[in-house]
Amino acid sequence: MSTTTASKPRGIKLPRAVGKVPLSRIIAVVAVTIAILLPLFYDSGSAFIEDSTTALIYVVMALGLNIVVGFAGLLDLGYVAFFAIGAYTMGWFGSSFFTSQDIHIGVAEFLQAQPGIHLNWLLILPIAAIFTAFAGAVLGFPTLRLRGDYIAIVTLAFGEIIGRIAINSDEGVFGIGDFNLTNGRSGINPVDKIDLPFVERFTSLNFRPWYWTALGLALVVVFVNFRLRDSRIGRAWIAIREDEVAAVSMGIPTVRVKLLAYAMGAAFGGMAGTFLGSWFGTVNADQFEFSFSIFVLAMIILGGLGSIWGVVVGALALSFINTRLIPDVLNTVPSKIGLDFDLTELGFGIFGFLLVIMMVLRPQGLIPEKRHQAEFADVLEDGGEHETIVETRV
Amino acid sequence: MSTPEAQAEQDRLNSGPAILETQYLTKIFGGLTAVDGVSFRVPARSIVSIIGPNGAGKTTFFNMLTGLYRPSLGSVIFDGKNVTTRRPDQITALGVARTFQNIRLFGTMSAVENVLVGQHARLKATVFGSIFRTPRVRHEERDGEKKSRELLSYVGVNARRHDDAASFLSYGDQRRVEIARALASDPKLLLLDEPTAGMNPQESEQLTQFMRKLRDELNLSILLIEHDMKVVMGVSEQVTVLDHGEKIAEGEPQAVRHDPRVVEAYLGKQG
Repeated sequence: MSTTTASKPRGIKLPRAVGKVPLSRIIAVVAVTIAILLPLFYDSGSAFIEDSTTALIYVVMALGLNIVVGFAGLLDLGYVAFFAIGAYTMGWFGSSFFTSQDIHIGVAEFLQAQPGIHLNWLLILPIAAIFTAFAGAVLGFPTLRLRGDYIAIVTLAFGEIIGRIAINSDEGVFGIGDFNLTNGRSGINPVDKIDLPFVERFTSLNFRPWYWTALGLALVVVFVNFRLRDSRIGRAWIAIREDEVAAVSMGIPTVRVKLLAYAMGAAFGGMAGTFLGSWFGTVNADQFEFSFSIFVLAMIILGGLGSIWGVVVGALALSFINTRLIPDVLNTVPSKIGLDFDLTELGFGIFGFLLVIMMVLRPQGLIPEKRHQAEFADVLEDGGEHETIVETRV
Repeated sequence: MSTPEAQAEQDRLNSGPAILETQYLTKIFGGLTAVDGVSFRVPARSIVSIIGPNGAGKTTFFNMLTGLYRPSLGSVIFDGKNVTTRRPDQITALGVARTFQNIRLFGTMSAVENVLVGQHARLKATVFGSIFRTPRVRHEERDGEKKSRELLSYVGVNARRHDDAASFLSYGDQRRVEIARALASDPKLLLLDEPTAGMNPQESEQLTQFMRKLRDELNLSILLIEHDMKVVMGVSEQVTVLDHGEKIAEGEPQAVRHDPRVVEAYLGKQG
């Protein structure tokens, strides 16, 4: 068979799966170095470091969700559930909530005297990852036979269910018995502070160790995202996103691969959840609202679906807009122009507006995935729509 | 009517071991019987065609063979194993690969990556292996990429196009990449669904040659759905004709061509 060269559309070179572009690596190294040194230029208790820490944890959350939505193409609107499960895991295993228990592993002297279960955060982290990965698989299971919007509806409901359970499980779970699992809206507090070996104790006055821990977590998650994307597993996720029927015909076990995406994404959400539980010092049902899922999803869309650096930038941007730009920088603007309202109340309105602007001007995201650049390019004739086989067996 | 050589060839096909066999394969969609009790066999190392007018149930038949549809009745036996209720990915792992009537490449992936996806069942990297990129995984990735490029060159995709996004390749190259992707799973049986659709006569002729080459060099059996009679008559050792979901004729190309029921199915009843 010969190659026909006539009327060939201009090809866009995709980056090779193996091997790296040096320029992007240089930028990455510089950015990480700045990120590591950043707290030294600020007061240890400064609001900027505090907000940066929160932003970094949002990066972890967003990268977790990116595996499900960006790579595997499964629209998940219930991501808050994994934040909740992770945070409660932190609450259960790192506070005096279960007063009848008396378990202490690897925690500071003063906690030894307190009742309840007190495990070191480094132990809670894998426990939360396992819990949430399992929850992720449970969520994934009913969505296996569904596509697109229908997956979104099921996951949305899942997030709401976990939220309701959190509110109502102060006297029995599902109304059975009278066991207090979550303490409802009052919540679990105080939650133990993260306690790492060989470093001084974390306090609520010095944000630097929190920041570096969050940065470490974020870097690990970025690394894992890259490795997974450029692997057999990542290719399987992207293949399912592109064309599920073709993927399954190429020998990809869609059930296993999809559940893996849900579980991996959920585990990162859970790990971030343990950090936030400890960072806020409290875990209560009011933290787990639907808007949180949308907030994290908006980060991914803003940054560029499936693009790892894009998602990092999107998460940092939205988080800083939320914690600094709106409440601090812009908050006085309404009163200056003679209007009497609090700008923070409009937070989600502003995010919505940003997303609309984004969809009009740059639908592929701030730093689009290379693949999507190809998709949005004008040369492509029809979107490659395929007829759907009505009955797929999974 | 046929020469002694052709007769001997036909005997070999009929008595030799079969790579694929279906027994009374039936698919019913609601009130419509798309495929109705089709029993047939694909002898090992042969090229067999399925022809029939539009809507005869050819693609539905393919989808049952590859596990995308679950047969309403009957069974599929591949390489001595009953695969009737197996999932598509399991059937692919056993050694059945296919292409699609309307090309279904992963558009945003490069040609090489598409072929790498085809190797999914043959690669072993796990999540942890991928994250830590163990020496074994690194080795596997390198070999996989090398094999992908070799396959792409083998089917005739220019090396300069290997890293292009699949959706930017020419139509002919997309068809070729799809075949390379199917070959990547080391199949024993290759199912081609209208491989020459949209090709000019020259390209069709090249593909016909290529199918023979595949069969001889890779020890494959090929089952194809085809509308181009020149291709069908030129390449097939056996032809099965479907009409309204039923098998109406079967045999060597020349015999089938003159079968009155086949003529009727294609041209309508005379007089």
